Amino acid sequence: MLSKLADSTPAMPGLMLASAAGSDSQRTLYPYVTGTSVVGIKYKDGILLAADMGGSYGSTLRYKTVERMKPVGKHSIIGASGELSDFQEIMRYLDELILNDNMWDDGNSLGPKEVLNYLTRVMYNRRNKFNPLWNSLVLGGIKNGKKYLGTVSMIGVHYEDNHVATGFGNHLARPILRDEWHDDMTFEEGVKLLEKCMRVLLYRDRSAVNKLQFHSETLINVNDKLLLLSTAFEWLSKMPKFYTHKQIAKITEEGVTISQPYSLKTFWGFSAFQNPTVGAEGSW
Amino acid sequence: MCRTCVAIAGADYCVIAADTRMSTGYSILTRDYSKIIQLADKSVMASSGFQADVRALQKVLAARHLIYQHQHNKQMSCPAMAQLLSNTLYYKRFFPYYAFNVLGGLDSEGKGCVFTYDAVGSYERVGYSAQGSGSTLITPFLDNQLKSPSPLLLPAKDAVTPLSESEAIDLVKTCFASATERDIYTGDKLEILVLNASGIRREYMELRKD
Repeated sequence: MLSKLADSTPAMPGLMLASAAGSDSQRTLYPYVTGTSVVGIKYKDGILLAADMGGSYGSTLRYKTVERMKPVGKHSIIGASGELSDFQEIMRYLDELILNDNMWDDGNSLGPKEVLNYLTRVMYNRRNKFNPLWNSLVLGGIKNGKKYLGTVSMIGVHYEDNHVATGFGNHLARPILRDEWHDDMTFEEGVKLLEKCMRVLLYRDRSAVNKLQFHSETLINVNDKLLLLSTAFEWLSKMPKFYTHKQIAKITEEGVTISQPYSLKTFWGFSAFQNPTVGAEGSW
Repeated sequence: MCRTCVAIAGADYCVIAADTRMSTGYSILTRDYSKIIQLADKSVMASSGFQADVRALQKVLAARHLIYQHQHNKQMSCPAMAQLLSNTLYYKRFFPYYAFNVLGGLDSEGKGCVFTYDAVGSYERVGYSAQGSGSTLITPFLDNQLKSPSPLLLPAKDAVTPLSESEAIDLVKTCFASATERDIYTGDKLEILVLNASGIRREYMELRKD
């Protein structure tokens, strides 16, 4: 009977058999624990990535200390939105990729463009098998002085640009970046711009949490690294009671720097919010 | 998704053009994405459609061309590449590459040739072609300007345009400027490749960004 079904619909015999055998449980149908937007920009010395540390379970903001950005090899950082377990799977693939690359021991190492190309092939092939890795990935890095920032989605669509974002970031952050991004921004300008984007996302994306991580990949010297860390601590000490974690990580040609988590200052004191019922008799 | 491409064949040149916008739904993903790839010395392909499939198709063709070069010690001619593209597309007849291609180049006599395809590989050599979302706006205009002879005529009349190279380029620029006005998916920047006896040349033109 099963083989008859397969013959009569030559289009996707594998799929027919799989569903008929009840193995829909073997494919990704929808995501469960998800991360929201990742935003990335190129700046003078390299790449800056920002993402919050939230993992939502549907409409519940379930996990608030999820690192959605990780360094990859010597030259790159990956940021992921979407299904977090699939991101962990992707990290396993990348660990294997980097391990094999190191085992060659030939003085060469995979740069960000190569890593993103590998990921694009992985995402596309999984999509073709109707079993996608439900993620949108941002990959940035710097190798031999050349900056690279690109992204790939769960269906394998990929592109590179001076600024990228996933999910809601495409709608809320990209317009800001299109307006205000320019070549050769300094680190401080870059962080300020990303903070502006993340603040808008915090206000308007219901799955965002006020606990952010920044990753940067740069070409600067050790003193600046120290400056970054101390700035992060300064921000930390000025944090109001309802803390939110934002981490800034910097990857330079010399290595990865990840700052302590810190939070964004937000303002909710608009007069219209203060006594919302004052104009509406009988309301509560 | 990538959206509009055009190619025009001339007596001794070929013009292939595509916009550089990549969009999904109502969002623009990037304004600077090239849809044109040079597959061989004298073959250039422009594709619109689903970007991931287009990219995979480009890689398959590039790999096949490399193998051909190793086996035959020469570049693939444009008509040969045209047949290869058709076969590659039909190979996935039951899970197609969602790609709408135009292949442009010079044939073995040095005359311009343009081949136009659907997503599953049916193809035809023509004097000019447009594919993608802007094609419905561009094709009628090209029909009017290039006065394509009826394919029913006997003896068959050559569809290659008598226009000069610079006239053809201007025509292409006009096509895209017009398509950009009315098609939301077309715009940002126009990339034009010109193939002729002296080699290959790239030109860019800004388009409306809205």
